[in-house]
Amino acid sequence: MRSEEIVGVLEKQYITKLLEKGKRADGRKFLEGRPVQIIPNVIKKAEGSAMVKWGETVILAGVKAQLGSPFPDTPNDGVITVNAEISPISSPTNESGPPGPRTVELARVVDRGIRESKIMPMKDPKLCVIPGKKVWIIFIDVYILDDGGNLIDAAALGAMAALANTRLRKVVINEDLEEVTLLEETEPLPRNGSVASLTFAKINDSIFYDPNLLEDRGKEARFSFAMTDKGIICSMQKGESGVFTEEEFTTILDQGATLVAPLLEKIEECSQFPEMNEMYQFDF
Amino acid sequence: MTKEKTSLLMDDGRRLDGRELHELRPITMQSSVLDRADGSCYLTWGNNKIICAVYGPRELHPKHLAKPDRAIVRVEYRLATFSVNERKSPAPRRREYELSKLIKESLDAVLFLEKFPNGTIDVYITVLDADGGTRCAALTAASIALADAGIPMKGFITGCAVGKVADKMVVDLSDVEDKDGQGDMPVAMNFNTGEITLLQCDGEFTIEEVKEGLSLAIRAIGDVYKLQREAVLAKYTQIEGTTNDVGDEEE
Repeated sequence: MRSEEIVGVLEKQYITKLLEKGKRADGRKFLEGRPVQIIPNVIKKAEGSAMVKWGETVILAGVKAQLGSPFPDTPNDGVITVNAEISPISSPTNESGPPGPRTVELARVVDRGIRESKIMPMKDPKLCVIPGKKVWIIFIDVYILDDGGNLIDAAALGAMAALANTRLRKVVINEDLEEVTLLEETEPLPRNGSVASLTFAKINDSIFYDPNLLEDRGKEARFSFAMTDKGIICSMQKGESGVFTEEEFTTILDQGATLVAPLLEKIEECSQFPEMNEMYQFDF
Repeated sequence: MTKEKTSLLMDDGRRLDGRELHELRPITMQSSVLDRADGSCYLTWGNNKIICAVYGPRELHPKHLAKPDRAIVRVEYRLATFSVNERKSPAPRRREYELSKLIKESLDAVLFLEKFPNGTIDVYITVLDADGGTRCAALTAASIALADAGIPMKGFITGCAVGKVADKMVVDLSDVEDKDGQGDMPVAMNFNTGEITLLQCDGEFTIEEVKEGLSLAIRAIGDVYKLQREAVLAKYTQIEGTTNDVGDEEE
């Protein structure tokens, strides 16, 4: 047994006992999130970016865009794809190498939240430049720099905030509708609203919002869902081997609107042009 | 070629970003920026942004890689997908493997590896925003992160690139100068002992130019080294400041 696993058992006993008394290791209430800070537009080479500090978790999301061919089954839609890197920088237990199941799940959950929310008007001429031929392919890459628990919510917020300050280069379509010319001038990525993710963890019979690192390691079950500014739930993901009851799910979902509001507000704050960070700087 | 040669220097002899020929870009270094890592450093060098985390000395898995008489150093240098003009695929490329190897070999030269038999020291570097000279900046950041992790070292490795632009030797090439210039020559060394641990070049240089470049690089490295020292010391002077405050209150 590796020393980390022994520590894990002790940590779990500690947080379980606290939760039984209705307390959390860091003093938060069950429905209280950690402080969240978004620093927009931090990477000069990226079309859009954001650093998110979510409690002890630090992530960096960047958007790159390139013109390419649409998928054959959606010839009139732009393309969006989310990729995650749980970098070995972020924790002694996150190892380097090709993406593992945890990384892939993180990327796909964030991807679904944004895709299914329909906040990106994929058929908009700004995204679908020449239908069937040339569309913008938007890559959102999320790097986990410091793993302090609840990566899903932090990554989803970073991805959304990065999209909110993304600027695409303007294009001129040539007369024969075959080729396009990219201009130096840029314009904001079209967007209808925003979306944020909320994650709850369950240990014994206690369910609480925004697990920190200790709680994340000790959790038996996890439930994440994404909610738009219109109050629509657009993706859900139950994770880990533990279980929830119907009643538990409905109780969690009822908290959605209250908890998502401050996050959506932060996204709008950092998407205001041209006041966003023009120095491309951030601090830890 | 002629067009490129002239276009990289302005009429007043300054470089496109307004620098003198032998002037470094602004550099900032901050140690202990990450909670989980044993040692870390965030470094900005012009528009380069580099994060480095060090883990170790720790147990090595898989065990067959272990050396019974010393620790091994593993370095992973990576470019973030959004750090370059065209999105880079997340899978590492040949360039990243080569630079990881060179950075590891440079760091080997200053670490007391024999103190940690069978162990490993893992150095993870990610370039978040790239603007030329990332390997030198990465080595500089890695040394700070290693010192921050409390790993015994003979000295710091400090890097700086020089190169040839419009037939002149210049210090600290920017991305544009690196791509459109006539040559690039990264140098890294232990400044205190004068031991050079990394020297590469691509492009065309005369013997005289290489000699000039090397001496320019060493001078610039001296300046970067001072900043590096300050960054490592900053953490301890802060702690000292705090204890003084407590002392005052007691009085």
